[in-house]
Amino acid sequence: MASSSASKTVGAGRRGRVRRAASHGHGVLTPYFFILPAFSIYAAFILYPLVRAAQFSLFSWDTVSPAVFVGFQNYVDLAQNEDLRNSFVHAFILIFFYAILPLSVGLVIAAVLNRAKVRGMTFFRTVIFLPQVIAMVVVAVAWSRLYSTDGSINALLDLIGLGSWSRAWLGDYLFALPAVGLIGSWVETGLVTILLLAGMGRIAKDQYEAASLDGAGAVRQFFAVTLPSVRGEIAVALTLTIVAALKTFDLIYMTTRGGPGTSTTVPSYQVYYQAFQLGQVGTASTIGIALTVLIFGINLLINRVADKTTQ
Amino acid sequence: MTSRREISVNYLILVVFSVVALWPVISIVVSAFGSAGPESGGGLMGIHPENFATAWDQGQFTQYMRNSVMVSSLVVVLAVVCSVLAGYAFGTMTFRGSGVLFYLFLLGIMVPAEAIVVPLFFDLRQLGLTDTIWAVAMPQVAQSIAFGTYWMRTYFRSSNRSISEAARIDGASSAQVLWHVQVPIARPAIVTLVVLVFMWTWNEFLIPLVMSPSGQMRTAPLGLAFFQGQYSTNTALMGAAAVLVALPVVAVYLVLQRYFIRGMIEGAVKD
Repeated sequence: MASSSASKTVGAGRRGRVRRAASHGHGVLTPYFFILPAFSIYAAFILYPLVRAAQFSLFSWDTVSPAVFVGFQNYVDLAQNEDLRNSFVHAFILIFFYAILPLSVGLVIAAVLNRAKVRGMTFFRTVIFLPQVIAMVVVAVAWSRLYSTDGSINALLDLIGLGSWSRAWLGDYLFALPAVGLIGSWVETGLVTILLLAGMGRIAKDQYEAASLDGAGAVRQFFAVTLPSVRGEIAVALTLTIVAALKTFDLIYMTTRGGPGTSTTVPSYQVYYQAFQLGQVGTASTIGIALTVLIFGINLLINRVADKTTQ
Repeated sequence: MTSRREISVNYLILVVFSVVALWPVISIVVSAFGSAGPESGGGLMGIHPENFATAWDQGQFTQYMRNSVMVSSLVVVLAVVCSVLAGYAFGTMTFRGSGVLFYLFLLGIMVPAEAIVVPLFFDLRQLGLTDTIWAVAMPQVAQSIAFGTYWMRTYFRSSNRSISEAARIDGASSAQVLWHVQVPIARPAIVTLVVLVFMWTWNEFLIPLVMSPSGQMRTAPLGLAFFQGQYSTNTALMGAAAVLVALPVVAVYLVLQRYFIRGMIEGAVKD
């Protein structure tokens, strides 16, 4: 069917194409025409604004009076302002909950599940991946209920005799950030586990047999065979989840708005707050650029380490 | 080799993690069917499906859902068409500058919306485009093109060349080969891209929040945020509104879940 519809249009093709690079089978300019629509939109709505953000970050502008060039002063302020600096500290704490915790849990359950084939894996995958597809605002509404004074977290604590621990978790100076972080763990664990399961499924069975003939138990097999084989998947999982942690915006906007006090402010929220609530456009752009550099740096670092350990 | 104990441990893990993953979802669905207040009466044997109608009306979801459908359709169509074209060029053609151009697209996968949203807002406001569908949709088209070009390039690089070459010998142009030969074969990869872009766009929050200051182009997730501002204490109506916002993507996920999982897993693994 495909070949007949292609030969039907032969005539038009001959007439339309005069110059054709013989070696490639297409005109010299053809690839550029194919890329043009994608590139124009991409350049106008990502590359250009990114350059503009870098430019904005060198100015002090309150959106009303004319912008004043201040050089790198915004970056100096970012390093010196405690609230802004703390928002980055909070983001790093969130990395633990979004990336490290799901990776640790995911490695253990994927390794255990990989040892024995059981039924219901398709259903299990569907269920644990579900948090990834639910809008973050909806996740926030659901978890705000669970964390509220009469929600199921406190009910559960009551049930196991820890009723004195119950509190309004998201309104607590000490616990609000970990509480938000655990929502991130809930969202990311399924993704990480499925990634690792896919990687572990590709390990040849005879590698385990060889290891067990050498007298390696389940734990030794995990460290000698499983862990080295899924290095690539671990790198991917870390990249995805760390970036997700650094880009936490909806969740903070919906659950705590950075509060109580400034205990849950994060860079993403600061960008929005500085630009559109305080009218500090220069500061907001500076935070945005710093966040971008951080994300690039982490990507580069993870890929470097993953590549090195593979050799 | 597998002992009975290992199998029971596996089932225990499946059950425990399924319950943890489902608990927040089930609890919000249950709350959505609860009593919305003394005036809502006894319902159908204590169940209140009318909450969905009430939440829809009071939350102005007719407008927000319509906006979401329009924005998502525009983003999906534009981003997928552009990505297929660009991915085809990068995946099957040799040309000067292809390496640099491709890395430029890859860069876009990493650029966070937080960095571009501030200058975009002020520049688009200057052009009188804020509060239009373009301001909400185009930045998301660009984000999806960055991923989509990468995704389609990976597909076309691994796709079967001999069919295209046969069509070429028949004299078909690059565009004809792409449209009549490659696209029909590439359907699974394209469907994956469509569902991922749909999900990202439907669930996006920051860009529509910033780009529609008057609320005219507010999408469904923003509708929920503003609904929360008014009805935060009414758990039944909040639950119903939350279910309404999540439902379209969850429904598509339940039908096409293998495409979602494949896309999220393979799209992330580098080649």
